[in-house]
Formats: sequence, structure tokens, C-alpha cells
Amino acid sequence: MTRTAGRLRERNRALWFWVFVGPSVLGLLVFTYVPLGWSVWLSFFDAHNTVTPDTFVGLDNYTALLKDDAFTSSLWTFCVFTLFIVPATYAASLALALMVNRLRRAQAFFRSVFFLPAACSYVVAALIWKMSIFNGVRFGLANTLLGYVGVDQVAWLSTTDPPWYWLVIVTVRLWLQAGFYMILFLAGLQRISPTLYEAAAVDGARPGWQVFRHITFPQLRATSVAVVLLLVINAFQAFDEFYNLLSDARGYPPYARPPLVYLYYTALGQGQNLGLGSAGAVLLALIIAVVTVGQARWFGLGRKEAG
Amino acid sequence: MAGATRVRDDALVRAGRAVRLALLVALALLFLIPFYLLVRNGLAREEDITSPDWTFFPSHIQWGNLGELFDDSSVPFLRSLLNSALIAVATTVGTVLLASLAGYGLARIPYRHANKVFYAILGTLMVPAAVTFVPTFVLVSSLGWVSTLRGLIVPTLFSAFACFVFRQYFLGFPRELEDAAHVDGLGYWRTYWRVVVPNARPVFAAVGTIVFIGAWNSFLWPLVIGQDRNAWTVQVALSSFTTSQVVRLHELFIAAAVSIVPLLLVFLLFQRWIVAGVERSGID
Repeated sequence: MTRTAGRLRERNRALWFWVFVGPSVLGLLVFTYVPLGWSVWLSFFDAHNTVTPDTFVGLDNYTALLKDDAFTSSLWTFCVFTLFIVPATYAASLALALMVNRLRRAQAFFRSVFFLPAACSYVVAALIWKMSIFNGVRFGLANTLLGYVGVDQVAWLSTTDPPWYWLVIVTVRLWLQAGFYMILFLAGLQRISPTLYEAAAVDGARPGWQVFRHITFPQLRATSVAVVLLLVINAFQAFDEFYNLLSDARGYPPYARPPLVYLYYTALGQGQNLGLGSAGAVLLALIIAVVTVGQARWFGLGRKEAG
Repeated sequence: MAGATRVRDDALVRAGRAVRLALLVALALLFLIPFYLLVRNGLAREEDITSPDWTFFPSHIQWGNLGELFDDSSVPFLRSLLNSALIAVATTVGTVLLASLAGYGLARIPYRHANKVFYAILGTLMVPAAVTFVPTFVLVSSLGWVSTLRGLIVPTLFSAFACFVFRQYFLGFPRELEDAAHVDGLGYWRTYWRVVVPNARPVFAAVGTIVFIGAWNSFLWPLVIGQDRNAWTVQVALSSFTTSQVVRLHELFIAAAVSIVPLLLVFLLFQRWIVAGVERSGID
């Protein structure tokens, strides 16, 4: 009697569990797992302009991709971009957090100002950067300022030699993101126990560099790992600023195409080569998985923190 | 002797504080300049923007630019604003509703396979948008949803991240209230709506704000799906102006300025919640 009642209650709970969780699980299945599977399937076909192809080509799409300079150079572009943006954002947001954290007054004000760009879209930010600051003609702000010190006009976005466009691309993202990561660091800083600093003062550590090196920085380890991981993953997603800064009525220049821009033009540009695009998506997924797992291992993510 | 060092130290500390404050003020101005340029160019005359002698203040403030933007029939700006508003609101409401239910179920309803389900949800976090946009486009286009609001909204409603944040929040939620509700004979469903939701406003505000900002600012998905002009969002419309040959700069800038107003409002109203939500998101 009680056993049936118990089983009934259990079944009742299972039912309610699925009422609550089911819709989300179903949605994620349909819009993440199914597309991924479909993508793997499509990547073995010659699929131009169609999602139901009939020409099986095996690994041809993959070999074509790996032989395609545009694809390999997109990976190279990603590496260069990551090499610039990750350290720059990490250092800038940590520095902002340290400065803001020590303020006694107006902390909320400065926090808001630095976080405010997060409310701006990449499209709008790229517009300001491209049309108003770095537009390569005299009426741009950057060239005006350089003009005051006697430097000739710089064609920021339309030259590869020297590749000034990297400065434009990196500063947009830095402006948009630094405030967000600053918040993460601020949260990390607030979790450091004041007794550690007191102990350091008793031991004669000079406030400033010594305290930062021996106390603050090691204590921020967990936050740092999370920030770097997020920065790299986000760098892989870079699309908006590249697309909006570099493409114009004449199209997209052959240089500075990160993987997502490459995929966009391959899969959805003229020809709509969905087979090749899908193979690119699958390769990218593998690369991201390897990088993420490698990085997690390297930093010992998931291991219990000591202390 | 000791007293003299103390005095010198105090002076040093004060000087250090002043330098830091000056640096912060300078950085704050630097961070605000792009916003200023947006408004400056939006309210300037075309000649002022393209003048070779750049000036910090435009010679005229043209409030008329705003009306001109909405009168210009060659640009579907109003339509794209409405699309964005509809999409952002629907996405926010839908995501928060679905994710909060899932988060609550995962945190509070005992079920044998709950952990497996949780990992299946978390697993989707490992698949970045960079990888899913081509396959999801393939799926959505095979459903015939290209250039429809459905295609723009439905695939974005399911957020593993939001599920995760809600689950973490509900795990730390005091059980007493729900126990009292259960004693009163309320089931999971009614307990959730009458007891849990009214007491969990901060997390709803935090997740809602983050989702809203993301939806309003999102670009790649609307660019891919909104192929028809009538399905453009405000970001796609702005982008199409910047990449087109004929562009009226002041109109472009005033349009961009208008496009960030809703977000600035949401941001100012809810920024406390965003900060709390980010801090509590469990990323570290």
C-alpha cells in the first residue's frame, strides 16, 4: 500500500520535473544538438543552395577547406587577434578594477562609466570607430589629433602595410568589453579576506607592488582563469566588428577574415556552399573543443582550489 | 624620527591617491568620448562632420536631424526599431520564463535523472555560437523561417546559461517558504508562481536585463535570418547604412544614437541587477 503510494509520488515528481524542465531541454535539443548533427551530415555532401543534397562527397569538403588559403588564413587571423585582445583586455580590466576598488567615494560612478560601453552594440561602436575616429581622412578624430603633432594622415582601415587596422579592431573590443571583465575582477577582489592584507602589513610588505604580487594576484587566480577562458572563447566568436569595420560597398577585403567571417561568406555568400560551410563549422567546433579542454587542463580548472 | 616617517608616508599616500583619481577621471573621459561623438555627429550638419578642420563642438545643433531620420522613407528605420523592440521583448520574456522554470525544476524537484538532464543542458554551453550559426541556419531555412519573426525569435529562446544561473540561485533559496506552501497543500506549480517568483525578483531582473541587452545588440543571427528589408532589426539596418555607398552621415549617427536609447534606459534602471547578476553568475 505505502509502496504504491511512494511509487505514485515518484511518478508524480517525474511528471512535474518534465513540465518544468522539458520545454528548455526540447528547445536546446532542437536548436543545438539537431543542427550540430545535421551539420556533420551535410559536411559530407556537395550542398550548394540546398539543405537536402544528394551528392555524397565523403571528406572532400574537409580536404578542400584545409587546402583553402582563405580558411587557413582565417585561423591565422584569429590567432593574431587573440594574441592582441586577450592580454590587452585582461590587463586593462584588472587595472581598472584595482583602481576602482580602492576608491572611497564615487566608486559606483566610475564603475558605471567603465561598464557603460557594454550597453553599446558592436555595430554602433564600429560605426563610431570607422566613421568618426579612424576614418582615414582628415576629418577623423585620430588623424586630426595626429595632425597637431605633425603626423601625416593614416589610412587606418584600408591598408595592410603597416596593418593599422589591428589597432582599430582591438580598441573597439577593448572599449566594449573592459568594463564587463572589470566587474568580474571587482567581485573577485571583494572576496579576498582583509586579514590577509593585515597579515602582510604586519610582515612589513610595502603596499603596492609587493602586496599585489604576493597577495592580490594569487588570490585572483580563479577569476583570472575564468576571464582568460571567456576572452578566448569570445575571441573565437569575433564577427560583428570585423564585418562592420572592414566591409563596405565594394565588399570585404581579402585580409583580416576571422573564422566566423569566413564561414559567413562561404555558407551564405554567393553560391551558398552549405556543405563546405558545415565542414568549416565542424572543424571549428573541434578546434574550440581542443583549445578549451587544453586550456582548462593547463590552468587546472575543475581541480579543487588550494586555499 | 618615527613621527617624521609617518608624516612623509601620509603625504605620499595622499599624493598617490590624487594621481590615481586624476588617472581615473582621464580614463572615464576617454570612455565617454565615443558616446559624445555619437551625439555630436547626430546633431551636427553634414558639413560639420566632414569639415577638414575638426572641431570638438559643432557650429550648429540641428535638432531637426531627428525628424529627418523618421521622415526619410528610403530607410526602413522605424520598422527596424519596432522589429528590434518586438524581438528583444519576446526573447527576454520567453528566455526568462523557460529558463527559470528549468532552473527551478533542476534545483528543487527530486528526479532520478536530474543530473543527467542538467549535464545535457550544460553541454550546449560547450558549443559556441561560432559553430552553430551555419547548422542552425540550415535548420531554420529548412523550416521555411528565413525572414520571419519566428526565425528571429524562436531559436534564441533557449539559453543554457540562463538555466544555469536560475538553478544556482534557486539552490541557495531558503526552503522554509516552499515548505510552508507545501504544508498548505500547494503543488509545485502553484508554489512556484505564488511563492517562489515573487521572492526571486532580483535574479529575474538580472537575467532579464542581460538577455534584453544581448537580444537588442545581437547582429549575426538577425543579419543571417533577416534577409528581407521588412525583417531587419535596428542593428542590421545600421550596418547596411555603413556598408552602402550613399550615406548621409548625420542621419546615420542620429539613428545610431536613437538605437542605444532603450538600452541606456534599461541599463540605468537595472544596472545594480546586472552587476549582481554578473557577480553571481557562477563563472568563478
